[in-house]
Amino acid sequence: MAFNEAGRSWYQAEIQAIRAAGLFKDERLICSPQSAEIEVEFPAGAAVRKCINICANNYLGLSSHPAVIRAAHAGLDARGYGMSSVRFICGTQDIHRQLEKRLSEFLGTEDTVLFPSCMDANAGFFEACLTERDVAIADRLVHASIVDGMRLSKAIQDSYKHSDMGHLEEKLQEHQDKRFRMIVTDGVFSMDGDLARLDEIVSLAEKYDAMVFLDDSHATGFIGKTGRGTHERCGVYGRIDAITTTLGKALGGASGGCVSGRRELVEMCRQRARPFLFSNTVAPVIVAGALQVLDLISASTERRDKLEWNAAYWRGLLTEAGFDIKAGESPIVPVMLYNAKLAQDFARDLFTEGIYAVGFFFPVVPKGQARIRTQLSAAHEKHHLDTAMAAFRKVGTKYGILGLGRKELIEKFGM
Amino acid sequence: MDDLTKLVSNYIAKEYLVEGSEVTETMTLISSGIVDSFSMVPLKRFLEKKCNIKIADACATAEAFDTVQNIVALVRRVQNE
Ligand SMILES: Cc1ncc(COP(=O)(O)O)c(C=O)c1O
Repeated sequence: MAFNEAGRSWYQAEIQAIRAAGLFKDERLICSPQSAEIEVEFPAGAAVRKCINICANNYLGLSSHPAVIRAAHAGLDARGYGMSSVRFICGTQDIHRQLEKRLSEFLGTEDTVLFPSCMDANAGFFEACLTERDVAIADRLVHASIVDGMRLSKAIQDSYKHSDMGHLEEKLQEHQDKRFRMIVTDGVFSMDGDLARLDEIVSLAEKYDAMVFLDDSHATGFIGKTGRGTHERCGVYGRIDAITTTLGKALGGASGGCVSGRRELVEMCRQRARPFLFSNTVAPVIVAGALQVLDLISASTERRDKLEWNAAYWRGLLTEAGFDIKAGESPIVPVMLYNAKLAQDFARDLFTEGIYAVGFFFPVVPKGQARIRTQLSAAHEKHHLDTAMAAFRKVGTKYGILGLGRKELIEKFGM
Repeated sequence: MDDLTKLVSNYIAKEYLVEGSEVTETMTLISSGIVDSFSMVPLKRFLEKKCNIKIADACATAEAFDTVQNIVALVRRVQNE
C-alpha cells in the first residue's frame, strides 16, 4: 500500500495523541563528548550552553576517557572500522574472543558471548535457552528488553511482586511441575536504584531447583568491592547461571552487550539466539575500547570508589536539603515528586539553571510515582555536585517542596 | 459478592496489591498501572485453570482485564460460549 493520505493522517493523529498525553520525547542535541560537563543545544536552534550532566549512565566516567579513546584509535588502525558480517560468517576477530574471555574472568563465569547490545542479549536469551516445558519467573520491575525476550520465547511466563521473596517462593512452589525454572531479575533496578536481594534469590533457587538470570547492566563495573556487580555485592559471585550486561553504560558507554554464564547456556545463545545470528558483529573499535576499559577497572578500584563516594555525598546533600529520595546505595538516586507535571516543570527549571536531568513519569514508572532520576558518575567532582545542589535547592524552594514528604507532596500537587 | 467475583478479587489483591489494600469491582487495574500487560499473563492463566476455560489471546485485551467487573464478565462470556 502506498503511504496514502489516510495513512498519513492516522499517524499524525497518533503522534498528536502522544503529545497531548504529555508523553512526547524530544531529543536534546549535545555538541560535545559525553562527560560531567556537556554542551547542549535545546530547544533545537537555541544557543549552545554548558551544563552539568546528572542523567547519564556514564557511571565510571569512562565514556570519554583518554586511555579508552587511545585504545579505540589503535583498534581502528589495527582491525579496521567495520566487519560487514555477522559473527558466524566472517565477523569474529581475535579481539572479539579476547573480550569474551576477559568478560568471563571479570564476571566470574564460564563463558561469554557478545551481542550487538544488551537489549539484543535479553531479546535472544530466553528463546535460545528455554522451551514450552520451562517457566521464567521475573521480578515485575525488570527491564523492558527482558519482558520482550520472555515474550519471544515459548517458555511459560510468570512474575513476582518487586523484590518480594515470599511471592517468589510461592511461584517457585507453584511451578515445581515444570522442567526448568528460571528466576529473572535485574541487579540494580534502573528506575529506583535499589538492589535485587540476590543472596536470598540464590538460596531460593537452590531450595527449589531453579536457575538464576541476572541483568547487571546498571551494576557491572562498580557495584561490589571490586566492581564485579550485584553478585559480588551480595556474596554470590560465581553462583549466577546467566548474566547479561551492557558495554553501553559504565564500561565505556559505546554499545554492545553480552550473555555470560554457564558454558552450555552461552553455547545455546551462539547457536540459537536470533539477535546474535542475524545482526552484525560489534565493531572492532568498540571491542578495542572495551578491552582497555577492562584493563583500567581490573587494575584499580579508584573509579568505582570515587563513584561510591559521590553517590553517598549526593544522597546526603539531597536529604539535608529536604528532598524525598529513594533510599539505597547505588549511584541511581531518584528524587521523588509523584506528580508528572511537577517532574517535567522541575526538570525544565533545572535546565535553566544549567543542570541536565530528566523527569520520569507514567508509563515509564507507575502512575503517581513521577520523579527526577539523578545518576552519579566518577567524572563528577565535588564542585559539580555542589553546583547541582544549589540549583536543586533554588528550584525546590520555588515550588515550595523542601522538607515535604510523600503525603504532603501528593496533597499539594496531586498524583 | 458472588463466588467468581470473590475469587477474582482475592487473587488480584494477593497477586498485585501491597498487603492490606483492598480491591473493588470497578477499580481500574491496567489503565491505572496496577497491573501491566506483562504481569497480566499469570492472571489469564489463573482464570483458565480455576474456571476451566480457554481465553483466546484476542479476547485478553487491556479493556477486558481492566476491572474485576470486566474480568468476571469475560469469564462468564467464555463459559457460555
Ligand atoms: C537493565 C537494562 N538492561 C538492558 C538495557 C539495554 O542495554 P543496551 O543499551 O546495551 O541495549 C538497559 C538500558 O537501558 C538496561 O537498563
